[in-house]
Amino acid sequence: MKEIIEKIRTEALKAIEASGDLDTLNDIRVAYLGKKGELTNVLKSMKNVAAEERPIVGQMVNDARTEIEGRLEAMKKSFAAKLREQQLKSEVIDVTLPAKRRAIGHMHPNTRALEEIEDIFVGMGYEVVEGPEVEYDYYNFEALNIPANHPAKDEQDTFYITKDILLRTQTSPCQVRVMEKGKLPIRMIAPGRVFRSDEVDATHSPSFHQIEGLVIDRNITFADLKGTLEQFAKEMFGENTRVKFRPHHFPFTEPSAEVDVSCFKCGGKGCRFCKGEGWIEILGCGMVHPKVLRMSGIDPEQYSGFAFGLGLERIALLKYEIDDMRLLYENDERFLKQF
Amino acid sequence: MNTPLSWIKAYVPDLSVTAREYMDAMTLSGTKTEGFTCFDKNLEKIVIGQIMSIEKHPDADKLIVCQVNIGSETIQIVTGAPNVAVGNKVPIVLDGGKVAGGHDGGPMPEDGIRIKKGKLRGVESNGMMCSIEELGSSREMYPEAPENGIYIFPDDAEVGADAVEALGLHDVNFEYEITSNRVDCYSILGIAREAAATFDKPFVPPQPTLHGNGENAADYVSVEIKDTDLCRRYCARVVKNIKIGPSPKWMQRRLAACGIRPISNLVDITNYVMMEYGQPMHAFDLDTVAGHKIVVRRAADGDEFVTLDGQVRKLDKDILMICDAEKEIGIAGIMGGENSKITDDVHTVLFESACFDGTNIRLSAKRLGMRTDASGIFEKGLDPNNTYDAINRACELIEELGCGEVVGGIVDVHGELPAPHTLPLRPDWINGFLGTCVSTDDMVRYLRKLELTVDTDAMTVTVPTFRQDLEGEADIAEEVARFFGYANVPTTLPKGEATTGKLPFDLKVQELARRVAMYHGFSQAMTYSFESPKVFDKLLIPEDCSARTYITIANPLGEDFSIMRTLPLNGLLSSLSTNYNHRNKNVRLYELAKVYLPKALPVTELPDERVQFTLGFYGDGDFYDMKGVLEEFLDEAGVAGRLSYEPGKKPFLHPGRQANVLLNGETLGYLGELHPQVADNYEIGERCYVAVLDMPAVVPHCTFDRKYEGVAKFPAVNRDISMVMDKGLLAGQIEDVIVEKGGKLLESYKLFDVYEGEQIEKGKKSMAYTITFRAKDHTLSEEEISGAMNRILAALQELGAQLRS
Repeated sequence: MKEIIEKIRTEALKAIEASGDLDTLNDIRVAYLGKKGELTNVLKSMKNVAAEERPIVGQMVNDARTEIEGRLEAMKKSFAAKLREQQLKSEVIDVTLPAKRRAIGHMHPNTRALEEIEDIFVGMGYEVVEGPEVEYDYYNFEALNIPANHPAKDEQDTFYITKDILLRTQTSPCQVRVMEKGKLPIRMIAPGRVFRSDEVDATHSPSFHQIEGLVIDRNITFADLKGTLEQFAKEMFGENTRVKFRPHHFPFTEPSAEVDVSCFKCGGKGCRFCKGEGWIEILGCGMVHPKVLRMSGIDPEQYSGFAFGLGLERIALLKYEIDDMRLLYENDERFLKQF
Repeated sequence: MNTPLSWIKAYVPDLSVTAREYMDAMTLSGTKTEGFTCFDKNLEKIVIGQIMSIEKHPDADKLIVCQVNIGSETIQIVTGAPNVAVGNKVPIVLDGGKVAGGHDGGPMPEDGIRIKKGKLRGVESNGMMCSIEELGSSREMYPEAPENGIYIFPDDAEVGADAVEALGLHDVNFEYEITSNRVDCYSILGIAREAAATFDKPFVPPQPTLHGNGENAADYVSVEIKDTDLCRRYCARVVKNIKIGPSPKWMQRRLAACGIRPISNLVDITNYVMMEYGQPMHAFDLDTVAGHKIVVRRAADGDEFVTLDGQVRKLDKDILMICDAEKEIGIAGIMGGENSKITDDVHTVLFESACFDGTNIRLSAKRLGMRTDASGIFEKGLDPNNTYDAINRACELIEELGCGEVVGGIVDVHGELPAPHTLPLRPDWINGFLGTCVSTDDMVRYLRKLELTVDTDAMTVTVPTFRQDLEGEADIAEEVARFFGYANVPTTLPKGEATTGKLPFDLKVQELARRVAMYHGFSQAMTYSFESPKVFDKLLIPEDCSARTYITIANPLGEDFSIMRTLPLNGLLSSLSTNYNHRNKNVRLYELAKVYLPKALPVTELPDERVQFTLGFYGDGDFYDMKGVLEEFLDEAGVAGRLSYEPGKKPFLHPGRQANVLLNGETLGYLGELHPQVADNYEIGERCYVAVLDMPAVVPHCTFDRKYEGVAKFPAVNRDISMVMDKGLLAGQIEDVIVEKGGKLLESYKLFDVYEGEQIEKGKKSMAYTITFRAKDHTLSEEEISGAMNRILAALQELGAQLRS
């Protein structure tokens, strides 16, 4: 009996070793361990074994069974692993083939620049406000210390609807509208469309965008204006940006300044981009004129403030090196795609 | 405005700076200097040489061989110049030197032209004689220079001396941008005053001293100002025995450098004083002035007048005229008349130096369509106190240049003249305003440099009348800041109450709209707010449609930009068309911009400006893709309530493929396929889909608040139904029923099949929905579900939908 069991065991293990796939393995399992399998048959013939030998034989059968099952299982796992390996090998793809992209749209360069500017000022505690694009002459001019018959009011610059209503030529009327509400202190920026009667060419457009800034509080100084715009310039154009304030004239600010930043291409050494100057003009600013404060119901002895105005297109053209303003309003996808 | 540095230096003699230093410092002190041109650019090794002998070139008919004394030696030069003779003193560029350009006066090379000795047809030449053009200048500035020839110096020129120096070309021309408030700086003296203050050098303006003869101008002429509102002062002087001739070279050169062509001594003097003092002048032939009387008055409507350029001008009652006892003889401040103009045989001249109202001159010049040098200056609004010195300066020059006999006395008619005004000087306030610590002494020093009078006891500043721009203390603060240096003002940040920076809600919704559009492949377009009234025809808008109620721009750039848009589509469709023409495939664009709806016409108040979220595409996609974009946006914007769609009637959309978008019955916008005719009009050769949401209608329904409602714990039950109905019945109608009758057990529904064809009766279609029910708090019973289903089915039957067997 013992020899028979040993023989079955050896044969089974041999067969397992020799088996090539899962199906053969299954056949082996049935042949040896199945209901009619050889080892099962041994158990069935136990009655022919002497009673005292039975436990020993039984133990032998069980041991053989455990061992065979163990080997079967191990073999099965190894086959599965091999199969997985084969599968993975057969599924190799060319990872350099083109990507499948969802065609995502693109932001207009003006918006890209505007969002950057808004983020900087919102971070400094400025509220974003908007005002009407079709505006009263009063807000666009008179309340900004540009009285009737001022040359800037001349028709050649301004689009008029009626004598008193026009297309705003600047975002500055938003200053007046905010000041009039009388809620102080004020820290605001007002982005928006403005209109001037300029023919379309590479550097002009009859419709463009400005961003107005206004701060009104007690003890606001010209030094605060310089500090604020210097911080803005550094965030917008890089930490190493230098800022230059040049005296200028705007009717609604006094003192007034134009602001240059060191060329962000060459760092100020002078290049084609800054026309060899090393500086690029980016905005106009100044201390809010006492007359303007007074007209909007703010006492200039108690409060002072500063205002500034940026041309959005100018910033976008400079920052993204766009050489023709017309591209901004043509909306060719090949252009927009680059932003 | 252009001026040569030499002219500035005439009044600031100690000024010694490089062109670059001057430009930078002047700009930083407030006189913006935009650029400069060095007259001696690329002029090297050029001396005055005298031609000692001339021989014919042995091998060339057109060349001559000259021996030229250049002081240190005599050199041989071969030239083809036709105009030189023995004894002439001429500019010679020596071997290794440079000239600015060619003798043809064409564009000058950036680095000039290097001259080297060499042989011309075998004969050695050690340099070159120069024409005025080769020296980088022109006959405008040097009228004595011959046309097509070598420049010839006067006989007293010093042989061997620097020829560039002798020509006065060691000079720089600066170009300024003068701001409109600084009327005083539209003059050489004004700029010189700023230069003196900037570089801390003494300012030495001319002090006109003239003799005049023993007569009195008042015996020659009388002046009456009728319209005193338009003429604040009129100064007249008389010069007799006029000798017309050229003005001296120094004057011609200064004028030419400023861009003014020298003409004759008399004209040049008036132009010279206009530049120097910023005061335009005019000269009349006194013999043509009837009654020897000047009357300043308005013209009458319809008058005609011939100006000295021979043109007939139509006048009106707001144009100020200079008249004599009988007739009009000049348009005040703009141009003189032909009937009184100076001719070569003039004997006696009346000089006018007057102050006219700037605004009136500007508007008159504009109406007449003639902006002259004089009107350009008058329109800035001049100081009446300047007229007196200016006319005396002109007469001083007349005497100095010997071009006439100045009659003694001046006829000076004026009303009340402006007087210097006084402002408080509060150094603490100024420092507080600027954020600086400038000492009082420094402030006083800065202000005095500008010829303001400071009283340090009373602490006041007295402002001369030529500084009309200094009205208040903020202006004085600016003067302090300018000379303290903007660069020296510290940089600080505003102190005080902290404020919260934020974007208003509607801009946040717009930001979301941009994001959603972008994720769906739409790029952002920007188009003009104004367009042509023709777009309405292009969009098939009927004549009586309210969209044709629009705002017209009174002075547009042309018809294409003449009305404010009332519909947002034209810009976007034009952009799609541009893309289509550029053969870009599958283009999707959107715009967030306003339309302008007048409240009434004619316009008396501001229009309703409404931001429109406009989307459009051609290429891949259809109506339902566009519908999906709108729904994704509205979902993302937290718009609650049920959207519905009703077939729309927009004339520019396909009549069978458009819908209005409604929320709880309120219209938010519309979408549809572009009408094929409109697509043709815009030359878009593919089906094109557009959608417009009216943002002011959308925003009130938006919210960024969210509440977690838990995930479903109890199972959902699905029921599929398939129905046959008339083709015209809309899915929306079926869905209305499902929603209404499904009640609160209804979780969702989904259309999964629409079929028309052989299996179905003609004119009918079949639609199949999966309807999903769920309760939050229990498992639904069969009764609940069939109850809801029965209600739905019954109502659908009523609508005419038959359950398909």
